[in-house]
Amino acid sequence: MSEAARPRLSLQQISCAFGATTAVDRLDLDIAPGEFVSLLGPSGCGKTTTLRMVAGFVRPTGGSISMDGEVISSPAASLPPERRRMSMIFQSYAIWPNMTVAENVAFGLKLRRMDRGTVRRKVTEMLQTVRLGGLAERYPAELSGGQQQRVALARAMVIQPRVLLLDEPLSNLDANLREEMRFEIRRLHDEFHFTTVYVTHDQGEAMVTSDRIAVMNHGRIEQIDAPYLLYTRPRTRFVAGFIGRTNLLAGACAGEAIAFDRFAIPRAAFAGGETLSGEVLFSVRPQSIGLHRAPPAAGDGVALVEGRLLQRTYLGESWDYVVAPLDSGLRLKVAALPAEVFEVGETVWLRFDPRQMAPIAG
Amino acid sequence: MSVAQSAPAAFTGRPGALARLRRLEPASLVWLVALAGLAALVAVPLLRLLVSSFQDTDTGAFTLGNYATAYGHLRDVLALGNSLLYAAEVTLVSVVLAVPIAWGIARTDMPAKGFIRAMILGAFITPPYLGAIGWILLGGPNAGWLNRVWMALTGSGTGFMNVYSFGGLVFVTALYAFPYIFVFTAAALELVSTEMEEAANILGAGGARTVLRITLPLVTPAIIGGAIVVFLDTVALFGTPAIIALPARVRVMTLVLWQFFEFPVRAEAAAAYAVPLVLITLALFWAQRMVLGRRGYVALTGKGGSRRLARLGPWRFLILGYALLVVALAVLLPFAALGQAAFSKAWGQGFSWGNLTLGNFRALLADDNSRQTIAHSFTYSAASATLAVALALIVAYIVSRRLVRGGAVLSLLCMAPLVIPGIVLAIAFYATYAPPPIALYGTASILVLGFATRFLPIAYVNCMAALRSLNPEMEEAVRILGGGRLRALARVVVPLLKKNLVGCWLLVFIPATRELSTAIFLVGARTRVISVMMLDLSENGSFETLAALGFFLLGVTILIVALGYRLLGRDFMLRRS
Repeated sequence: MSEAARPRLSLQQISCAFGATTAVDRLDLDIAPGEFVSLLGPSGCGKTTTLRMVAGFVRPTGGSISMDGEVISSPAASLPPERRRMSMIFQSYAIWPNMTVAENVAFGLKLRRMDRGTVRRKVTEMLQTVRLGGLAERYPAELSGGQQQRVALARAMVIQPRVLLLDEPLSNLDANLREEMRFEIRRLHDEFHFTTVYVTHDQGEAMVTSDRIAVMNHGRIEQIDAPYLLYTRPRTRFVAGFIGRTNLLAGACAGEAIAFDRFAIPRAAFAGGETLSGEVLFSVRPQSIGLHRAPPAAGDGVALVEGRLLQRTYLGESWDYVVAPLDSGLRLKVAALPAEVFEVGETVWLRFDPRQMAPIAG
Repeated sequence: MSVAQSAPAAFTGRPGALARLRRLEPASLVWLVALAGLAALVAVPLLRLLVSSFQDTDTGAFTLGNYATAYGHLRDVLALGNSLLYAAEVTLVSVVLAVPIAWGIARTDMPAKGFIRAMILGAFITPPYLGAIGWILLGGPNAGWLNRVWMALTGSGTGFMNVYSFGGLVFVTALYAFPYIFVFTAAALELVSTEMEEAANILGAGGARTVLRITLPLVTPAIIGGAIVVFLDTVALFGTPAIIALPARVRVMTLVLWQFFEFPVRAEAAAAYAVPLVLITLALFWAQRMVLGRRGYVALTGKGGSRRLARLGPWRFLILGYALLVVALAVLLPFAALGQAAFSKAWGQGFSWGNLTLGNFRALLADDNSRQTIAHSFTYSAASATLAVALALIVAYIVSRRLVRGGAVLSLLCMAPLVIPGIVLAIAFYATYAPPPIALYGTASILVLGFATRFLPIAYVNCMAALRSLNPEMEEAVRILGGGRLRALARVVVPLLKKNLVGCWLLVFIPATRELSTAIFLVGARTRVISVMMLDLSENGSFETLAALGFFLLGVTILIVALGYRLLGRDFMLRRS
């Protein structure tokens, strides 16, 4: 295997059980050098346990983790965290309150036996990078939450870690700051290209920061893809529901078409439609369904369905409608621009575009 | 060579190599030393105690003879009954002394709360045997000050009280035991929301009925918890019985144990006699856990709800009067008597200029022997406090961070000395470390080890609480950046918990300076400590020197407590933990 193609981190069939409960269940994941991967999922999905196994704080009960081809964790042995040359940003930041900002940042450098001048230079540079230039001699208690977060980032990055780990680093910040720090984290990644594993339950954070997102559920990865693909091509029901809102439509393969409750769309209209068989579930985003007063021009396998508008909610940036196709038990969420005003009880036409319908396994 | 640089070279991914690397961690060595220390201080002596109770003195063969010797005499069996009766009565009196004051301070507008609290703290830090001496000066038949005042006032030929009696023993013990119940009860009362009481008021219950039917029942678990501590402490108490029960010819268990140690020493019989004492305390300790384990009813009220103090009107002076009476009996009167004795040539001659002297203090400080004794007490206590805190911190760290399996067993070992009466612990230490080849008997080491073991539970509970308050991520941050566990301990855990550790050290140091029951069997001719010297002085009737020594000890203690207040905040000693 060539040097370039070898993953920085490779998790193979990794499992972790605490007593009878399995937190992580035979999970596989490869992360390339310089890649930013998020582990995204609801609480209890095993994402933090996975991160802590990578860090070396938790020993796996099955499988192995290797870094640059060397096994660092297995049920038999686990390299202690202090030998992994990684660094981590904790949910609580874990800034040591008994040391100044500069001492916090210098800690890892001093452990690496760097001479004083180098340490001072690197600390100063790093504090400039995270925009804390003037605060080197402050104590953590004298900093705001956002500044403490930056100290944690500086402390973790200054040692040039092989892998940078972040454990829900923004969950203790207020909403505005959280928004700002997402972009800050991505900016720093673009500057340094550290291989990064980022744990979060907030899909917005994952979308902004990540090259790839691994959506986790019940200790397994449901899907790992770039943010765009994850949203437009969810492959499981869980991913479709967890990333954004969606409508699930059941279709049945019948000859050259796929039959839905009130309409049918030719197989050929779907990308890869010829491989589908039997009953198939499709995810259709609310904003992918067109809403019209009169039937619009059809074409390209687009399907039109007549329905009745049951509910509407004005959200400022959009309308949320609930529409029921005529003679159908289905209730579809449809999002429309603020200018597209419909009244409750109105008869409307729904427009389904097969290119924006993602078939889901299971 | 730095660890971080050497890691990849040494690390080839073979599990075998990994396992070896792990074992070489320097931290593991520290853990091992700590665990070995814990075993040597707690597990080995207790096992030795149990084993030697079944061993023949000369041959070491298995025998039940020690139990026959120990419980062969009816009077020794009766002593067991006496001990239980004694402890029960002390507990009852302590509840009566403590609960009204706790209520007055925690829930009413009683005046002079600060003064009463300070006086109760005073009773708390007074060694019980020193208080007992004070009461000999006050309530000794005929010669005691209160009896003399009585006789002068009534013209009666005999005094009205005799401290050398079972009743006197109970009374004097309770005066220095009630602060435990006070601390537990006041802490619980401070948590009871006023809304609980107002709910009763709105339904038509008056003030007194509310207190009796609502407030006090809510804190009953706390009262029982404190009462069990008092009971346990009293069963194990040695000093007060040695000073008061012995002359009164009342036999209690701790005195019988002492007698087994008089020449000829029958350590195996003492061990046999002690085993049931351990079982009793174990059962009571378990009972306390059951009572407190139900979390008190108070916890159910949650956080919400404020506490408004009840306005008692003129009645507040009644409760104040009661509190003043109790603190007068526990602190003011005995210390007045001790003060008079400390500054007198002969205490019996009463207050007069001619009788006034500083000679007792001068004699104490001029005498090499007593100077050494004082120095011993403080150096041994400092050493044992340091040892106990260091050991407790490391074990608490191992347990709280789950570094080894069986953390529960380690916790149990650290807490075990709590259920071992000091005098029994001393017997166990004697049985383990006195015989050759270790032959520590009569050395400073055996006292330091004994004190450290005796107060290990205090240190452990405090270290555990301190570590729990620390987010483990603080240490994980050290480790992920390349520092080992020892570095995390030294650079982060200890600096962050500095205050807690100093407080913990003081909480061991202070009781160690006055510890008598452990010291009595472990001191040698050249390792005498203040408490043992006081007992000797009381046997000789040298109350003036004794009082001076007591004042000196108390003065130093107050200085240390004041220092603790400055460093750690006002509540550090009376906190319930």
